[in-house]
Amino acid sequence: MALLEVNNLKIEFPSRHGVAVAVEDVSFEVNPGEILGLVGESGAGKSTIGNAIIDLLSPPGRVAGGDVFLKGEKISSLPASRIRQIRGAEIGFIFQDPMTSLNPLFTVEEQLMETILANLDVTQESAKQKALNMLEQVGIPEPEIRIKQYPHQFSGGMRQRVGIAIALSADPALIIADEPTTALDVSIQDQILQLIRSLCKKRQVGCILVTHDMGVIANITDRVAVMYQGNLVESGTTEQILQRPEHPYTKSLISAVPRADVKLKRFPLVNYIEKASVGFSQIDVSNHWLGQTSASDVSSVAKGEDLLRVEHVNLRFITKNALLAKNRRYIQASDDVSFTVKKGETFGLVGESGSGKSTIARVIAGIYPPESGRIFFADQEISAMSERERRPIRRQIQMVFQNPYSSMNPRMRVQDIIAEPIYFHKLAGSRKEVEMIVGDLLDHVGLGRRAGIKFPHEFSGGQRQRISIARALATRPQLLICDEPTSALDVSVQAQILNLLKDLQDELGLTMLFISHDLPVIRQMCDRVSVMRYGKILEQNETEALFISPQHDYTKNLLALIPHMDHLSREGLMVQQG
Amino acid sequence: MIIFLLKRLLQAVVVMFIISLIGFTIKDSLGDPVREMVGESVSEEEREALREKLGLNDPFIVQYGRFLKGAVQGDLGQSYFYKKPVTDVILSKLPATLELVFGATLIIIFFSVPLGVYCAIKPRSWLTKFIMGASIVGISVPVFLTGIFLMFIFGVILDYLPVFGRGELISVWGPWETGLFTLDGLAHLILPSITLSSLMLPLFIRLIRSEMTEVLHSEYIKFAWAKGLDKYRIWFRLALKNTMLPVITVGGVQIGTMVAYTILTETVFQWPGMGFMFLEAINRSDTPLIIGYLVFVGLIFVITNTLVDLIYGFIDPTIKVAGGK
Repeated sequence: MALLEVNNLKIEFPSRHGVAVAVEDVSFEVNPGEILGLVGESGAGKSTIGNAIIDLLSPPGRVAGGDVFLKGEKISSLPASRIRQIRGAEIGFIFQDPMTSLNPLFTVEEQLMETILANLDVTQESAKQKALNMLEQVGIPEPEIRIKQYPHQFSGGMRQRVGIAIALSADPALIIADEPTTALDVSIQDQILQLIRSLCKKRQVGCILVTHDMGVIANITDRVAVMYQGNLVESGTTEQILQRPEHPYTKSLISAVPRADVKLKRFPLVNYIEKASVGFSQIDVSNHWLGQTSASDVSSVAKGEDLLRVEHVNLRFITKNALLAKNRRYIQASDDVSFTVKKGETFGLVGESGSGKSTIARVIAGIYPPESGRIFFADQEISAMSERERRPIRRQIQMVFQNPYSSMNPRMRVQDIIAEPIYFHKLAGSRKEVEMIVGDLLDHVGLGRRAGIKFPHEFSGGQRQRISIARALATRPQLLICDEPTSALDVSVQAQILNLLKDLQDELGLTMLFISHDLPVIRQMCDRVSVMRYGKILEQNETEALFISPQHDYTKNLLALIPHMDHLSREGLMVQQG
Repeated sequence: MIIFLLKRLLQAVVVMFIISLIGFTIKDSLGDPVREMVGESVSEEEREALREKLGLNDPFIVQYGRFLKGAVQGDLGQSYFYKKPVTDVILSKLPATLELVFGATLIIIFFSVPLGVYCAIKPRSWLTKFIMGASIVGISVPVFLTGIFLMFIFGVILDYLPVFGRGELISVWGPWETGLFTLDGLAHLILPSITLSSLMLPLFIRLIRSEMTEVLHSEYIKFAWAKGLDKYRIWFRLALKNTMLPVITVGGVQIGTMVAYTILTETVFQWPGMGFMFLEAINRSDTPLIIGYLVFVGLIFVITNTLVDLIYGFIDPTIKVAGGK
């Protein structure tokens, strides 16, 4: 008998404008000790299923049909008191973001103990023993000391270990892990996944692993169910799905995963997913506004020469202030960073969170002043300029930020957002010309000029990132700094955005500084790359050379941790798209 | 921690300096103190002599310099009306005001927390709708109207409660007299406290409700449900603690504000506190007392804010008060 059986599950979200069906006719089962991957992109309904199983749908969501059986007992539509007994005791839950899923005001001990005491009939003393034991099992060193601490005293990976300890603390038969590693660095992701896998196998606990990441699926799941727009389109063993996908969506999803093993000119077509995207209109740069030069443009730098030169930049932030200088504590965010970016190339900065890669981008963009060191843009030292002198340079260096949700003013229309820098830098003669330019830009990034009258919230994450790119292009920049431009996006949307950036570079001859934590993305995008850690550049090389023969141990380690997807059926797909 | 307190001390000095400067600039337009001090029959020469004696004829800078010189030694000047040092007058009125604020604070705490929490966990119930509606009324009605209304019902029609003064007092220490330990004193405190709280209570109910609603939607509360915890534990232990953090910040500032708000309540109930004193001082053009009061209220604001920040650092483990260990 299966541990968990889901039959014809249907979940609805009724609203004033009618009923939205989030999940339709989904059936699957999980066996003890088995890890089932539930994969799909945002909005596919995969998290909704996990929430529905333990009756934690956020209102007004409701289960409209189908049954859920746990160990043969029907658990859908149970009274609240009974389902509470199942939560924690029978089904444990691991959340995506360990930063927000632990209560910041209670110690780890309180949060573990309350779970144990609520679900198991044990004494305070033995609950405490069990809590310690759990922390030890999930690999937290010095559990006696750590258990008394608060969540903020733990790193992200350690917090997720605590989350896993809590989920398993009342000995559940099943755990539902909702994107358990999405918020973590690559090196920690691997540890957490291995931990989940070993605990499941050792304790014979079934697991539903909800994820959008094919790499995670390939790494630890036994079986996979692929979700697309509320429907389960395909399921089978992991090997079968990854090597012989049948449904076109699954194929498209797999092909959109950036490859770490070889560089492709473009990402294969992935338009199955975002059908709405309009075809790109090509712009003839030679006689368009976008191709003109401004009076304030830097004297032309030939392709292949240095456009940006960063020399020995240092910057530190105060982490602990004190009256006496010797008691102050700093974190070295940039430690003697030097590199050059050549005109027309894409230069990558790669590193884990806290490596200082975004800091250096902000120093170049002029958001932070460096403490020491010099920055040259087309042979002008911009780090020594006054704000006034710097303004024309600012126009030529533009940024695309990571989070397309927070980097746009929600009360401005898209056309005004894009037009703002044009007006500010007085780049166009008349209002009419500005309108035309904005329309062309929107067409160019594949949104269509009619998108201009809408507000940012009317767009999806991928579309918003296109708006950000259009805004960055509106000043005719020479250098585009992309700070994790696709980290907040689904893999198929990521592929589209990266394709767009490549196209724009080809057409406009843009130079790009591309920042990412994602090595496969770096390989696909960059000509040269620097690996950063703790504010230092460890290694710098041509991208291909770096991936083929990394020199520094840290780089080697990072490369080794990329989820291996060798058994994905790339070849079959290539032929199909060719 | 030392840096933090030093910063706050500096802040207090700057705040009080600016307030005193503002007070000094406007004091000449508050009326002529000499006219209030002497009778009709006093001749112009005598008035001029008195003015000279009080130093009112000196240039602004000289007067202000004299004031500052005294102020750094803790001397805010002499009240024209009471013929006593300003600090003594204020300190003798302070207990009455503090008791009033204390009473109002208790009412706010005891009612806003349960009502706010109820509104957050039962957003659709009719009681919630009633509470939210009533709170709008509470915010809109002016304090003096609430006071008169309460006096009319409980004092005049029902004749349950006294409506003016502080009642029977017990001397605690020096000029410090309290009504908190006599039944009569407590009875006198009830209506003024309710009146003073009538503006802040609805505000706090609404604040707690919105904070708690937000907390209930957070990931860690969802995780708490998924852990199989009891709903009462989730509401009243986990969520409430997180809710109270921002509420404490706002609350501390509002307690400072309440000291200033007492002017209306104290006047309506003839409560012999600082607010009432301030109003009288304005009527009498008692400028040293006016300036002294303003400086003092500024000090109270800085003190309450500092206390709130210290308490906040104590409750929230992620906050270490700047520079603290």
